Amino acid sequence: MKISREDVLRVAELAYLDLNESELETYCAQIDEILEYIGKLNELDTAKVEPMAQVFADDQSADATLREDLVVPCAVAEDVMQHAPDPEAPYFRVPKVIER
Amino acid sequence: MPINWTIDGVKDALAAKKISARELLADFYKRIEAKNLQLNAYLALTPDRARRQADSIDNLVAAGKALPPLAGVPVAIKDVISTRGTKTTCGSKILENYIPPYDATAVERLEAAGAVILGKTNCDEFAMGSSNENSAYGPVKNPLAPDRVPGGSSGGSAAVVAAGLAVASLGTDTGGSIRQPGSFCGIPAMMGSYGRVSRYGLIAFASSLDRIGPFATKVRDVAAILQTIAGRDAHDSTSTTVPVPDYGAELAKPLKRPRLGIPKEYFAEGMDAGVRQKIEAGIAVFKKLGCELVEIRMPHTDYAIATYYIIATAEASSNLARYDGVRYGLRVPDDSLLAMYRKTRGAGFGPEVKRRIVLGTYVLSAGYYDAYYLKGQKVRALIAQDFRDAFTKVDAILTPTSPVPPFKLGERASDPLQMYLADIYTVTGSLAGVPGISVPCGKIDGKLPVGLQVFGPPFGEARVLQLAHAFEQAGGPEV
Repeated sequence: MKISREDVLRVAELAYLDLNESELETYCAQIDEILEYIGKLNELDTAKVEPMAQVFADDQSADATLREDLVVPCAVAEDVMQHAPDPEAPYFRVPKVIER
Repeated sequence: MPINWTIDGVKDALAAKKISARELLADFYKRIEAKNLQLNAYLALTPDRARRQADSIDNLVAAGKALPPLAGVPVAIKDVISTRGTKTTCGSKILENYIPPYDATAVERLEAAGAVILGKTNCDEFAMGSSNENSAYGPVKNPLAPDRVPGGSSGGSAAVVAAGLAVASLGTDTGGSIRQPGSFCGIPAMMGSYGRVSRYGLIAFASSLDRIGPFATKVRDVAAILQTIAGRDAHDSTSTTVPVPDYGAELAKPLKRPRLGIPKEYFAEGMDAGVRQKIEAGIAVFKKLGCELVEIRMPHTDYAIATYYIIATAEASSNLARYDGVRYGLRVPDDSLLAMYRKTRGAGFGPEVKRRIVLGTYVLSAGYYDAYYLKGQKVRALIAQDFRDAFTKVDAILTPTSPVPPFKLGERASDPLQMYLADIYTVTGSLAGVPGISVPCGKIDGKLPVGLQVFGPPFGEARVLQLAHAFEQAGGPEV
């Protein structure tokens, strides 16, 4: 077993994701099988390999991708507020976070 | 009125005043109305926006002005690509009512080139899937075989073009989501190099892998769409300044006896016999075209699926953290903020997305990061090295697009690992960042389409398109 029911619960908690009993059970079995398969990567000795986080083209030095820090107009606030779940412009309303 | 429009066909008909852009648009909407109920390929139509654009094209024609390259061409947009004022759901309940306040750069560029946007196409939820069965809005049917899947995740974008309900479309490819549905629906479909097309406005799944690219009925039209959307965009720092060549002009050039690599690992066990037979016949077409065929080795191919499903799910778990019910999309109310997050995400995401969030969070979590995520990034480097090594010996690489032909709806839906394994030939190029096209390569028993994939070196799109075009001209799609 690569992953336990408690692991899945812990991870779901980290991801703020409600899972019901049957989802827990299904995901536990399926993810266990997937991790078992992923284990084949251990056949490879990667001690001297640099990890690859991103594909970069030759021109993508910092000079080429950075720009001047200029203020530009971005008039989308009204659209955004209009479609928000619980807006009170210019704020998004959420349940109380801080108890007095 | 004909169904099989091409980009040039539309432009010529408009210029010769055989048809107006408005009439063409009305004809497409009529066909969509007749066929979409059965195909389920469009999630939303954008008639007002389309008519405004068609009218502006008709005004150009009336004034005798030059027409832009995609004048009046009806196109469709995958529903993970933002369209201002039109719902963009990502095939998810969590974005059921989400209306973006801006257009993706690719959409903006298509419209600026004269294209008419018909609507938004169905897809697997957040582009996670290989069959389109993971859409919260029901599966798309394959227009060539209605009991079968169109492929995924860009199943709707492939199906509308194959069914004559759009002349071209945009999809997105993270591990094969353009190329595989192109293969399943019997049309050419391409992802350019990572960085070739701006991702601005593409709702992120796995940012180091996601790419936008075209579907069309002919390679020439795939080239024309790519031409329009490619190139540096200040809104996406991963889009590059590498110049975009004139792809159309490149297509017209004769092949100069290119060396094509046939990687041994892609022809090992696990390939359907019918697919194998068509791909071998397709390779023979390249030989007849004067190409030199070279057997090559890409020794890390067998590790690509494991690597891909670590990296893609890790990035997804991070990208999808933004869906918390606060600023947009679904909110399931609760008195506590954290419970609101949990309930919103639990109710809004479908099974495959939840599975990937759990897996992705796990491989990034303390104690497992090195064993999974870091290991995955290292093997990704080895897979990219396989491609670099190959391109020192050959000009391009030929492979099947999918090990299997389009399968029946529901046939594979219950076993996620089996579904993942079918991505074996496409995820490699995704991890390496190279361009790839799937081009039609015959139909098994005259019925089930097979796609042949051509990979090129980074920013070798012109070469990939030229080879696919030559293959198409030489009867490759009919082998």
